[in-house]
Amino acid sequence: MKGKAHVYPRDHINTDEIIPARYLNTDSESELALHAMEDIDADFLKKMKPGDIIVAKEDFGCGSSREHAVWALRGAGVACVVAESFARIFYRNAINNGYAVVECKGIAEEVKTGDELDIDLTGGVLRNLTSGREFRFVPLPDFALKIARAGGLLQSIKKS
Amino acid sequence: MGMNITEKILAAHSGRDSVRPGELVNAKLDIVMCHDVTTPPAISMLQKLGMDRVFDPEKVVVIPDHFVPNKDIKSAELAKRLREWVRKHNIKNYYEVGENGVCHAVLPEDGWVLPGRTIVCGDSHTCTHGALGAFSTGIGSTDLAAAIYSGELWFRVPETMRFVLNGSLPQGVYSKDVILDIIRLVGVDGALYKAMEFTGPVVDALSVEARFTIANMAIEAGGKSGIMNPDEKTLEYLRGRTDQPFTIYTSDPDAGYAETIEIDCSSLEPMVAYPHLPSNGRKAKDAGPEKIDQVYIGSCTNGRIEDLRIAAEILRGRKIAEGTRCIVVPASTKIWRQAMKEGLFDIFSDAKCVVSSPTCGACLGGYMGILAAGERCVSTTNRNFVGRMGSPQSEVYLASPATAAATALTGRITDPREFM
Ligand code: SF4
Repeated sequence: MKGKAHVYPRDHINTDEIIPARYLNTDSESELALHAMEDIDADFLKKMKPGDIIVAKEDFGCGSSREHAVWALRGAGVACVVAESFARIFYRNAINNGYAVVECKGIAEEVKTGDELDIDLTGGVLRNLTSGREFRFVPLPDFALKIARAGGLLQSIKKS
Repeated sequence: MGMNITEKILAAHSGRDSVRPGELVNAKLDIVMCHDVTTPPAISMLQKLGMDRVFDPEKVVVIPDHFVPNKDIKSAELAKRLREWVRKHNIKNYYEVGENGVCHAVLPEDGWVLPGRTIVCGDSHTCTHGALGAFSTGIGSTDLAAAIYSGELWFRVPETMRFVLNGSLPQGVYSKDVILDIIRLVGVDGALYKAMEFTGPVVDALSVEARFTIANMAIEAGGKSGIMNPDEKTLEYLRGRTDQPFTIYTSDPDAGYAETIEIDCSSLEPMVAYPHLPSNGRKAKDAGPEKIDQVYIGSCTNGRIEDLRIAAEILRGRKIAEGTRCIVVPASTKIWRQAMKEGLFDIFSDAKCVVSSPTCGACLGGYMGILAAGERCVSTTNRNFVGRMGSPQSEVYLASPATAAATALTGRITDPREFM
């Protein structure tokens, strides 16, 4: 996948910031999307184009287990989150939704907002097309890729 | 090498003799708990995929708590979807407004949490229930849907960090101060993906209620679960709450741990976690003179009867500071009734605190007690993230019920020992 990077060079971006609790009275992806990242960056939606990629530091998605965080980002058109590490429940929720997450050490220092990224999810390669540099990451394990291919955890359970 | 309690429970629930950290297992679930925010999306997913089935209605416990009594039309729709699903599947274990409370307070109180059980809920503070020796962890809505449908889930067997709590707690220091200090020490991702096992003389000496406070905040260090080995106090707590059989697992003396951290609790002092991370713990006595606009006493962390008694003891016969408001929310209906019976409501009201109905209340800034820009709140809850209790420009300080009550009296962060 290819997309433009939006870098939030911070650790511990939590799910309360990604989608504040005051909007949890709905589970509609399109409504949640209207408030994605609102408490971190009020202009997020104005800057974002569908297919863009978020880049952050350690422990992305910590805090509340709300899967609404994944839906809000997906609804807003964020194609993928690249972080140096992820909080457990967010990571699990992303896998269960077949949503792309890439864990790549040191990446936040190597990418600037506006850089064009090209990510090979199964091959484990991230290219910064703007700087010309290339980074390797450990691709998701087989069972997670299987879930993604089925379209999500429930779909894969239904199949088996 | 032996196994620790977490490994033993996961092995027993996945039909294995033993498991090792890092292995993926499919574990059978004993209790699937549901609340009003994360469950309706799970139900919709199942219905959309033609999978609207409940693996075992006896093992599903439904406790609406976040936005009930409904705060607006949208949340009323969520609660209604939940209620209709409960009826359709004949789920008996449903706690309507009037008998409900914060799900993590109600679940153990009503005997659903037993040692050795596996418990999941679409809520990150599900780690609370490890205090009774269960494996209990928070999940998202898709996992919840899978759990409701199949009664099992995939888990990566976590590595375990062991925390040995030595010494004894000085006056004015509570289990909340202990866990705030642990999170300060390891950081908000210090236990990422790991189980946190708490043991040692301080755990032994704590009441079961106080133990819940510690396990509750395991997630604030990134932990997958918090857990304690059951003891006599666990069994005493369970007496009268259940007639179901259960298996007690305990960690072998030669069990493996990723790390063991010893903490001398005798030297702890009342703690306050400053905005905007639970790991920003400082000593309450070193706090500045900043004005505190609101004090919140409640939640799955510190809304139990012991917590209310501790706060009431400090507030008894006194009045809170002018310009500060204090909201008290007993965490469950039973706690609410008990507090009323003991006369605690009179003490709170005489002190000019308001007592509200048992729900998540102001804890997550979605419902009531919401903060305006620039306001500061000292709260007995578990999270002080940006915007957690309202405006992204407000500030939340985490503390024990004693520190919260003392702060209400002075209107600035106050060491509770000043009032003891
Ligand atoms: S009381 Fe607060 S932390 Fe506990 S379940 Fe409710 S919202 Fe979550």
